[in-house]
Amino acid sequence: MAKRHVTTTVNGEPREFLCEVDQTLLDALRDELGLTGSKEGCGSGDCGACSVMLDGRLVCSCLALAVEAEGREVETIEGMADGDRLHPLQRTFLEEAALQCGICTPGFLVAAKALLDRDPDPSETEIRYWLAGNLCRCTGYDKIVRAVQKAAVEMRAEA
Amino acid sequence: MSDSASGFKWVGTRPVRPDGLDKVTGRANFGADFTMPGMLVGRILRSPHAHARVAGIDASAALAVPGVKAVVTAEDFPEIPDGDLMVGEGPMNFRDLSCNVMARGKVLYDGHPVAAVAATSRAAAEEALDRIRVDYEVLPHVVDVLEAMEPGAPLLHENLFTEGVDPKPDRPSNVASRVEFSLGDVEAGFAEADVVVEGEYTTEAVHQGYIEPHAAVASVGEDGHCTVWCSSQGQFMVRAYCAKLLGVENSRIRVIPSEIGGGFGGKTTIYVEPVALALSRKAGRPVKIVMDRDEVFRATGPTSSTHVKVRIGATKDGRITAGDTELRYQAGAFSGSPVQLGCMTAFAPYHLDHVRAVGYDVVVNRPKCAAYRAPGAPMAAFGVESALDELAGKLGMDPLELRLANAAREGTKAAYGPRFRQIGYVETVEAALAHEHYRAALGPNQGRGVASGFWFNIGGQSSAAVHVNEDGTAVVVDPNPDIGGSRASMAIMAAEVLGIDYDRVRPIVPDTSSIPYSDMTGGSRVTFAVGMAVVEAAKQVVEELRSRAAKVWDVDVDGVVWENGEARPASSNVGEFEPLSLAALAEGSAKTGGPISGQATINARGAGPGFGTHVCDVEVDPDTGRVTVLRYTAVQDVGRAIHPSYVEGQLQGGAAQGIGWALNEEYVYSEAGTLENPGFLDYRVPVASDLPMIDTVLVEVPNPRHPYGVRGVGEVPIIPPLAAVANAIRHACGTRMNHLPASPPRLLAALDAAKLPEAAD
Repeated sequence: MAKRHVTTTVNGEPREFLCEVDQTLLDALRDELGLTGSKEGCGSGDCGACSVMLDGRLVCSCLALAVEAEGREVETIEGMADGDRLHPLQRTFLEEAALQCGICTPGFLVAAKALLDRDPDPSETEIRYWLAGNLCRCTGYDKIVRAVQKAAVEMRAEA
Repeated sequence: MSDSASGFKWVGTRPVRPDGLDKVTGRANFGADFTMPGMLVGRILRSPHAHARVAGIDASAALAVPGVKAVVTAEDFPEIPDGDLMVGEGPMNFRDLSCNVMARGKVLYDGHPVAAVAATSRAAAEEALDRIRVDYEVLPHVVDVLEAMEPGAPLLHENLFTEGVDPKPDRPSNVASRVEFSLGDVEAGFAEADVVVEGEYTTEAVHQGYIEPHAAVASVGEDGHCTVWCSSQGQFMVRAYCAKLLGVENSRIRVIPSEIGGGFGGKTTIYVEPVALALSRKAGRPVKIVMDRDEVFRATGPTSSTHVKVRIGATKDGRITAGDTELRYQAGAFSGSPVQLGCMTAFAPYHLDHVRAVGYDVVVNRPKCAAYRAPGAPMAAFGVESALDELAGKLGMDPLELRLANAAREGTKAAYGPRFRQIGYVETVEAALAHEHYRAALGPNQGRGVASGFWFNIGGQSSAAVHVNEDGTAVVVDPNPDIGGSRASMAIMAAEVLGIDYDRVRPIVPDTSSIPYSDMTGGSRVTFAVGMAVVEAAKQVVEELRSRAAKVWDVDVDGVVWENGEARPASSNVGEFEPLSLAALAEGSAKTGGPISGQATINARGAGPGFGTHVCDVEVDPDTGRVTVLRYTAVQDVGRAIHPSYVEGQLQGGAAQGIGWALNEEYVYSEAGTLENPGFLDYRVPVASDLPMIDTVLVEVPNPRHPYGVRGVGEVPIIPPLAAVANAIRHACGTRMNHLPASPPRLLAALDAAKLPEAAD
């Protein structure tokens, strides 16, 4: 079957790519656009390592089709820092040692940012349930939750 | 940043890890992130049967699919004679490893590879897999460890005769070996006992559950030189194992490690690497294989399901007179479960005069077990630490006081042989007893459990280099894949020795051609053993810097001391010289003898054993059987924490994995012997909303054999949780869970069987 041509916006920049009709958005990001920051841990929407924003909504890019990106805005981990300036979450994840192996980290950061963008002051329970779709096998989540709490405090102070 | 109490500038501080920025921006390259021009996609055909003879494989239709460049089967790997070879770290049966990577003659489990394809696209490779015709003659199968030991059980290997029994059996069986460790006379010990507790304990198989599936790119050149890019716990292991399986010299293969997305022991062996190499050798192009998650579950890891019998006797005043245990661990399709380590660790936290542990290693139609964090120990500790809880109840003693009264101390002879030197078990129990958590109030349907754990920790062959750059910074060449922040620890130790700032030190993890051999990242050895090599290499650099300063000043090297990153005259007798910094000496190195570097190769001895004691509070919902972990505290003797945040992270992560093992995780097999839950939806690892914060207490009883007192820390924390959770459930609802996981259906059935006893005891 002929490939489809997709015109989209990724991290604020216009991008085009060719994809198969059954190709996932995750595979297109990784294989067609070279954005390998989004990871495949399961391919079934259970681990959250492939989390991206699609028109402002948090999705597992392994469950979205690449053709669905047509005319829409995609945000990935690669677009989270503002040039050399890390997003507060990126910084607090480093300061709080909220990663060990780091494979789940891009997905957690994208998901946590989506949370703080809609709720600047979540409780610990709200953070834990919001991030329940992101698996981390290394940390036991303790330092991840603390990093999100710390970033929330800092972002509220700056706002 | 300085820690005046310890006298260290960097050791014990919490700087940002050197590889951190790449990992929060998506730049870090993991196993699946590497590509090459002309690269083919490799896919593996796996057995749908638990046990079958392979009568034939016809790949002709697969080869006709457009885009297919190569198909390999066991015929493309040399047949390796049975028996163990010493390669790298220890004995390995390469026939078994080869047959696990690609089935030869029989398939032994659901998911066992039988063939592989390389094609220009994944779609073409998948279509080719569909067209490979495998002629299976299905055989009876067995997946349960006790059933596999029965006479007349389906036999996996006709040449497997139980080792370690006298006389040697004349018939093959599924029992690969029997091992025994004992001290004193257990029956005499039981004769002294006033109270005896007995129990049988069962655990289900669990997977390491690393989030990154196995992935490799392999490229074989026309001259036979091979390059592999992959995620593993040891690039030297990948090189040695692939060389044996392909029948080439080690030096023909160069392995370039990627970042590793979790391993927990599961990446201490090979699966896709030799297959990618064989495909590349045949196709003449680079080949990439990335496992899907269901392949990870069906064919890698997991750890043993087990059956453990425990008997413990004690006097009325709480002195344990005898401990006896029998452990039956299934190894999966090839021998080599961690039952021996279970035997050795079972009673290790305790000073016992009479103790015995007998273990059986049993093969079944399941994937070959791989190491999982403290291999073998959590299941043995589940039995022993549950039985100790029962004993404390019978004696009317506090369970921590019972442990303290029988604790191993310096000079205690362990059942597995050695006498402990400086250890910190007592300190962990005392810290748990003193912790506010241990006295906190509990509500209805809530209970508190405690348990302890022991792990040996290892040293081993290690290398490291420290290079001084012209700009006055340093590179640490650290040959061990960094799985949880070890580069930060290496940079801290090097900065401490060199006397320069932490962020002036940059560690890298090199390929197999860039540094001498080092054992794998495993056994809780890296910060201890590789850390010793880094310290040694950094000390060589300091010696060299002193001699360069001596040259500049034209004085004897003994007249130069190295302090705070500068060469200074040892005294005014040497002369009046302005200090020479590392940066100044580096800048002028061309005039004093050329580049400055140090390299150390060691076989590290003296890894200090590790002990931990955990306290867990749970609430049991009597209507659903759901267990909620309310509060958790992990106490551990860590020797000295080089980077405390990553040490705490090990305790927290290990505890979380142990809680998953205790409450939810298990391999579920169908009647046909196929795995029913090969995905994260049905194989349920703990998620953020399942857990509370996990408090840690780092007890520091320094290991005198390490320059900064380090003990390994990674493995101990997964050992206590199984029993700590089960003991907490017992105290919450009166029901003893002898079978883990205590998942809601299993606990509800147990509660129903006990006719919903009164809450709390």
